[in-house]
Order: sequence, then C-alpha cells, then structure tokens
Amino acid sequence: MIIGLEHWTLARPEIFLAVATALLLLYGVLRGEIATAFISVASSIALLATAVLLFVPYREGTAFANLFIADRLTTTMKALVLVGAAISILMSRAYFERVRSWRFEYPLIVSLATLGMMLMISANDLMSLYVGLELQSLALYVIAAFHRDSVRSSEAGVKYFVLGSVASGMLLFGASLVYGFCGGTSFVQISQALLAGKAEEIGTVIGLVFVVAGLAFKISAVPFHMWTPDVYEGAPTPVTALFAVAPKIAAISLTVSVLMGPFKPLFPQWQQIIIAAAVLSMAWGAFAALRQPNIKRLMAYSSISNVGYVLLGLAAGSEKGVQSIVFYLAIYMVMTLGVFAIILLMKRRDIMVENISDLAGLGRSHPMLAFAMLIFMFSLAGIPPLAGFWGKLYIFMAAVEAKLFWPAVLGVLASVVASYYYLRIVKVMYFDEGTEALDASVFSVNRVVAFVSALLLAVFSLAPQPLSVVAAAAAKGLFP
Amino acid sequence: MSSWPILSLVTFLPLVGAVFCLVVNGPKEAVDRNCRSAALITSLVTFLVSLLLWVNFDPTKAGFQFEENLAWVPALAIGYHVGIDGISLFFVLLSTLLTPICILASWEAVQVRVKEYMVAFLVLETFMVGMFCALDLALFYVFFEGVLIPMFLIIGVWGGKRRVYAAFKFFLYTLLGSVLMLLAIIAVYWQIGTTDLPTAFEKLQLSFQWQFWLWLAFFASFAVKVPMWPVHTWLPDAHVEAPTAGSVILAGVLLKMGGYGYIRYSVTLFPEATQYFAPLIFGLSCVAVIYTSLVALVQEDMKKLIAYSSVAHMGFVTIGIYVMNMQGVQGSIFQMLSHGIVSAALFLCVGVVYDRLHTREIAAYGGLVHRMPRYAFVFLFFTLASVGLPGLSGFVGEFLVLIGAFKANTWVAFLAATGMILGAAYALLLYRRIIFGELTKESLKALLDMNKREIAVFLPLVLITLWMGIYPNSFLDPMGPAVDKLIGDYNAALKLARTASLHP
Repeated sequence: MIIGLEHWTLARPEIFLAVATALLLLYGVLRGEIATAFISVASSIALLATAVLLFVPYREGTAFANLFIADRLTTTMKALVLVGAAISILMSRAYFERVRSWRFEYPLIVSLATLGMMLMISANDLMSLYVGLELQSLALYVIAAFHRDSVRSSEAGVKYFVLGSVASGMLLFGASLVYGFCGGTSFVQISQALLAGKAEEIGTVIGLVFVVAGLAFKISAVPFHMWTPDVYEGAPTPVTALFAVAPKIAAISLTVSVLMGPFKPLFPQWQQIIIAAAVLSMAWGAFAALRQPNIKRLMAYSSISNVGYVLLGLAAGSEKGVQSIVFYLAIYMVMTLGVFAIILLMKRRDIMVENISDLAGLGRSHPMLAFAMLIFMFSLAGIPPLAGFWGKLYIFMAAVEAKLFWPAVLGVLASVVASYYYLRIVKVMYFDEGTEALDASVFSVNRVVAFVSALLLAVFSLAPQPLSVVAAAAAKGLFP
Repeated sequence: MSSWPILSLVTFLPLVGAVFCLVVNGPKEAVDRNCRSAALITSLVTFLVSLLLWVNFDPTKAGFQFEENLAWVPALAIGYHVGIDGISLFFVLLSTLLTPICILASWEAVQVRVKEYMVAFLVLETFMVGMFCALDLALFYVFFEGVLIPMFLIIGVWGGKRRVYAAFKFFLYTLLGSVLMLLAIIAVYWQIGTTDLPTAFEKLQLSFQWQFWLWLAFFASFAVKVPMWPVHTWLPDAHVEAPTAGSVILAGVLLKMGGYGYIRYSVTLFPEATQYFAPLIFGLSCVAVIYTSLVALVQEDMKKLIAYSSVAHMGFVTIGIYVMNMQGVQGSIFQMLSHGIVSAALFLCVGVVYDRLHTREIAAYGGLVHRMPRYAFVFLFFTLASVGLPGLSGFVGEFLVLIGAFKANTWVAFLAATGMILGAAYALLLYRRIIFGELTKESLKALLDMNKREIAVFLPLVLITLWMGIYPNSFLDPMGPAVDKLIGDYNAALKLARTASLHP
C-alpha cells in the first residue's frame, strides 16, 4: 500500500528538497569550500522551487498510512517557511564571510532543517511529528553554534541543545501517555477515540499537557521561553533571523494542527492552558524587553510577545482564529525578516554592532533605512494603518467572538507596554544625535530584503484583503 | 459635482504633496525651499477643494452627504465608507484651514529636516480629515490612531528640551485609551457583523450592561484625547515641548477628535449608557473647568498656561455634549470650532515671540506693546475671544453651552460659569504680564513687530473669529438638522428602552 505512487506524489515537494540537498551536499564535498557561493544560491533556489512545487500542481490528501497530510493549511504554512528559510540563507553570506565561517554546510543544514519543518507541518501522527521535529531541531542546534570561534555562539548552541532535548523528551513522554490512553498514535485514531469516549480522558489530558509543554518550548511561549533571549543573542545574526521566522512558523503550525485536529474534543481543557500561555507570553514579552539594550535580545522578547498574540488566536478555537493566525504569521514574517536585514546592516568600521544605541542618528545618516525601520517598528507595535495592526485586529476579532474578553483586554494592554520599546528604537533613530554614523551602506542583499519587506508591509497595510483571502482559504484546511 | 469623490480628494490630496517632498532631491537649500512651497501649495489646494464641500453642502438635510462606500476588507466586513453631515463638515474645514497656516507659521521657525517636517504635517492632515469623514468604525480607528505616528515624530524631532519625554507620554497615554476602544469596536462588530456606522445606527441593540462597558471603553479613548481631568496631564507636556505648529494642530484639531468622538460614537451608539454616565461627565468637566483654570493662573510658562486653558475650555464642550439638548450640543460643537481657531491663534502668538527670544517664560517678557503694537492688538483680540467677549467667537459657544446646561442642571451651569470668570482672570493676567507695563528688559528693546508673513498667518484667523462671533448662523444653520436628528434619535432610543423595561 505504501508503494502506491499517490503517496509519493503527495510528498513530492519534500522529496525534491531532500534530493536537491543531498546532491548539493555531494557537490560541496567534492568541490570543497570554493563551492560555497554556488551552493548557497542553489539551496535558496531549491527552497523556492519547493515552494512552487507545493502549488504546481496543488494536491491534498493523506499518505503513508496516514502519517502525512497535505491540505490548504499545511501548504500555506510550508510556503511561508520555505520562503523565510530561502531569504534567510541569502541574507547570511556577508555576515559569515566577515566572521570567516562561510562554509557550504550552512545552507545545506538550513535546507535540512526546513525539510524537518515541512515534515512537522505535514505530520498526521505523533510519530511523524516527532521525527520531523527532531530533524528540524538537530539541524538547528548545529547552526546555532555555527560560528565555532565564538564562545557565545557555542554557548547558544549547547544551551539550545540541552533545553531543546528536555522539551523533546517531555513531548515524547506526553506522546507515549496519549498513545497509552487512546490506543494509537495516529491523529485519526486519537480523534476517534476521544470522540467515541473510549479514551481515558484524564490520562489523555495529562499526556496532552506534556505534548503542549514540548510544543510551547519550540514556539518559545512563556513559561518555556527562557532559552530564547540567550540563543537569539548568542547565535550568529543570520541564524537568529532564521530562528525568528521559519522554525517558529513551523512549530506554530504544528501546534495548531495538533490542538485543532486530534485534540479538538479536549478543547475546553487545552483552551485554559493556551489562554494562560498567551497572556503570559504577551505580558512577559512586553515587560521584559523594556530596558533591553541589545537589539537581538529585544527581538527575542518581541517574538515571545508575538507568539502570545498567535496563541490568543489559537485559544479562540474557531475558524476565524486559525485564519487570524495565518494572517498574523505572514505579516510577522515580513516584519521580522525586514528588521533582521537591517540588524545585519548595522556595522561600524566594518564591525557588526548590535546595541540599540548604535542606531542613534540613523534618521540623518541613512534616511531610507531608518524610514524602513520606522515602518517595521510601528507595524510591530500594531499602530494603524500599518500591517501589524491588521494582524492584531484579526486576532482580537477572533478572541472577542470566542468571548475571550479578559485575555483580549490584557492583550491590548500588553501591546501598549510593548509599543514603548518599539518606539524607543524610533526615538533612538530620529530623536537622538549619533556620535558616529554607521558605515555607509552599499548595495547588498540585506538592503534589498529590508526595502522589499517595507514595501510589502506598505501594500499589506493599504490592501489587507488579498492576504485575508489567503488566510481564509488556508483555514479551510482544518474546517473543510 | 456630486459625481466627484470630493471627500477622498480632500483626504488624500495632502499625500500627493508628501510624496513629492519625499522624492525631491538636491542641495539642502533647494530641497528645503521646494518642500516648503510644495507643502503650502498642496495644503492650500486641499483647503480650496474642501471649501467646495461647504458650497455644495445641503444645509437642510440631516443625513450624510458626499458619501462614498467601497468594500475595503470584505473578509473582515470593513468598508471604506466616508461621508459628512453638518457636524463633521466644519471639523474637516478646520483641519484643512489650520494645516496651511501651520506650514506658513513654521516657514522660518523650522530649519532642520524641513523635508521630513513637511511630510509629517501633510500625512497628519490626511489622517485628521479622514478621521472626521470616516463612517466606518474600523476606518475611523485607523485614522484616529494613525494621527499618533506623525504627531509623535513632530514632538520628538522638532520639539523642545524634554521632547522625548513629552512625545512618549503623548503616544502611550493616547494609545492606552485607544486600544480599549478598539476592543469595543470589535465588540460592536461582533454584535452586528459589520463595522459600518450607519448600519450600526440602525441595527445595534445592546443591553444596558453591554452599553455600560462599551461606553466606558470609548470613554477611555476620548477622555484622554479631549482631554478630561484627571487624564489631561499629557497635554501640558506635549504642548510645551511641541514646536509651535505642533501645538496649533494639537489644540486646534487633535483635541476635537475626542469631542467629535463623543458626539458621533458614544452618544449615538450607547444612548442609555450616555444618560447613565452624564453625571460623571458633568462632575469631571466641572472639576476640569475650575481646577485647570486655577492651575492656569499660576503658570510661569506661556504655552503651559494656554494648554491648561484648553483643558478648561474642553470641559465646556463635554458638558454641552452630555446635556443632550439642542443648545448644549450645538454650543459645544461651536465651542470646539471656536477653540480650534482661537487657541490655535494663541499658540501662534506665543510662537511669534518665541521665534524672537527663544523663551516661553512669562517673566522674560513685559511691555511688548511699546515695540510691537500690531502684535499687541492680535494677542489682545484672541485673548478676548478666548475669554468669551460678545461679538467674538468664544462667546457664542460658551453662552449656548451654559443655556443648555442651565436647562439640564442648574448647578452644572453655575460651576461652569465660575470657570468663565476664572478664565477671564488668567487670560487677562497673562496679557498684562506680557504686553503691558514698562519695557525694561534689555533683550526686548530690539524686538521687531510682526512681519508680512506673520500677518498673513493671523489675518484669516482674525476674520473667521469675527465672522463666527458676529454671524454664527452661517455655522449653526448647516449643523442644525444633523444635531436635531442626533437628539431625536437619542430621545427615541431612550424612550424605547424605557418602554422595553416597562413591558418586558
């Protein structure tokens, strides 16, 4: 049965990516370091080609004895992840060349991690979920420590590895409990068992709590967020950019499809956990970053608070909630990539700097970059008419319709607190006089990424409708 | 004429100038000169186009005119629905009038980052006009909040010494109030499935408990914006630190957003809660009128004094709105328009001497009448208009509000009238300390009187103040039917609620 061709055609994008990565690896091993530039571009192209393959031709269904599922939601999420990963590879070259770590393994490990993310997103069974998650995580542990000469990078890698392993262990333990009480690992089996009342509910809930804890670690939701600021700060900046985008989107997608899929019958139970995690993430992400001098750490807290908003959409447990998550993630990805592109351009006398105070006077010395950053910051703060506002509006609409009034009130209040630190960056750029300007920018990939992101955000701001149509279509994957 | 989308034209025309300023390039002097002219021309053209609104406005109709309704985000049932009635017409005109005046007033005062300054002002104009035209709750919110971005930059980049503190305080205070309103807007959307305002007027039927909470959420936003005591503390800081033109827009238009919001949204959407909370508003407003007038008496900074007087004047406005009778509401709208002109002019007066001496300390001045007779006249004119001298615009609004208040509650009228006396005290005191007396200070002896540009800035404001004071009917007539309808709908809704509670 597994030999049937339709299984393979359904997983065509994944297979293509795996083969392409393997071939590029072979080429890199044969040619050595000279091939790095080619492999980096080629793997970005492979990732983008995979994204195209998702839609041409578009297929949906389940495969490999229900281990693998492809529907509108997974396809949309995969497309976001692939684009995010491809762009972050392109953004990384200048940085790694500067620190003399420009090796061909980097783009390939990113591709492998992306493959893992695609498997995660498409998981329809606790086993395939775990395999995908581990493929992704192991690859990410490596690249967190990719700048081997840097103590901080190595520390980030080890920290991420140790804490990540604990989380994986918890997830696995939870999965085993669920298996024990539901009598299967397949999402279909779990769902059927729960609906038919055959499962031991309390036992399953305990298992679910462990699974959710493991997932919360991967999406860095409070209270499993502790690794995030350290890893974000320590890892090489292009890796941080990747971390903030692709794995986060993949893990959120996984969380959504696990909770809204097989565990939907336990909605009243997990809703409380998710609400608590959402509110805590929004609040902690807002308060902890208030006095943060390092922009990479700041973005770590920002990503924690953004996850909080996404979880609020999830806590709504409705079709609108899922729509709002897709919508929010797409905008979040554009904003985050744009901000990191600018962080990667922050050099003074050819040395990377990463303090917020280093941005002082940017409004004068680099007016265009500062303007792009201004758009990102007001958008992250959720000030209309910028796109970030539409994302938050969508989330809060879903939350209010689900009668989550108090979490919504706490959420908007947290967004006011968070807006302080986004405004602080605007203040540093425009109100403060810089002592020494950052290096004059030359044409580079990161400049292009920054401006394209700003432009995209402007388009989303004025015309949010197309994106919301995409989001609505994606949500149909879970609500056919 | 009606086939033209005049409202959208008025709203988005300033952006054309902003884009021009953004792309213009070259040596600094040329860029500065071009940006100044482009901004002035764009805003003047916008003003002329907005006059077409008044010319073509049908003053006998109560409903919305010049309506445009396009689907904007159908997925969220948000439309680009704009239109004006007699209430919003003059606020649009006020915004389009003050913007060119601001640009002219900052012609020489602003010398750094002229390009960005002009862009910020033009974008600000778009948001202000859009806010007064919006007939969709979400669209309204977008414009209402959007204002914060350019204003934050204007205070923060071109402001005084404590500009960073003031800019943050302004932004965070207003944002905190507004996000709660956003939730209330979402709640309305949840009840009726759309954010369209006219649909909400028809369909929205909320229980008292809902009205109670939603009214409070809107109140949180508008009270900060008006600002009402005790959430007014951002205003003196923002005014003192903002550049002159920033203060003009703040006092002239931004404060009116709160009052306009009450009339357009709170009162119409939540009539029962409005009636329930009216005493709260009266209490806060009376405190504002008396307390901030007293505070104004002891100020040492000219701008701070005028800022506190703004809080007091806006106290009249909130009283007038919540007495919910014809005189009260018309009076408060008129008071807002008058205050928009007069306080803007007073801030410009401060700007005139600030440009020369770079201090706002009242004690640094005295005896200016000897060197600057024209300035002394203009300052006196607007001081008296602010005090409420009959024949000038301030009188009409305050008088109507007091009549309205007297009908509703004698004590409120009495306390508000006390504020008028205090208002005369601090305004005349300010005038005496700056203009009269001996010219003893060395630094003042070389002062020049107002130049032609400055006269051009003040002349339209003087004429309008006279017009509003002498023949207020040009303004009261077009707003009459709309206010009438507002009050009629309000009373009908209350009656309905009463019968519903009697016959459940």
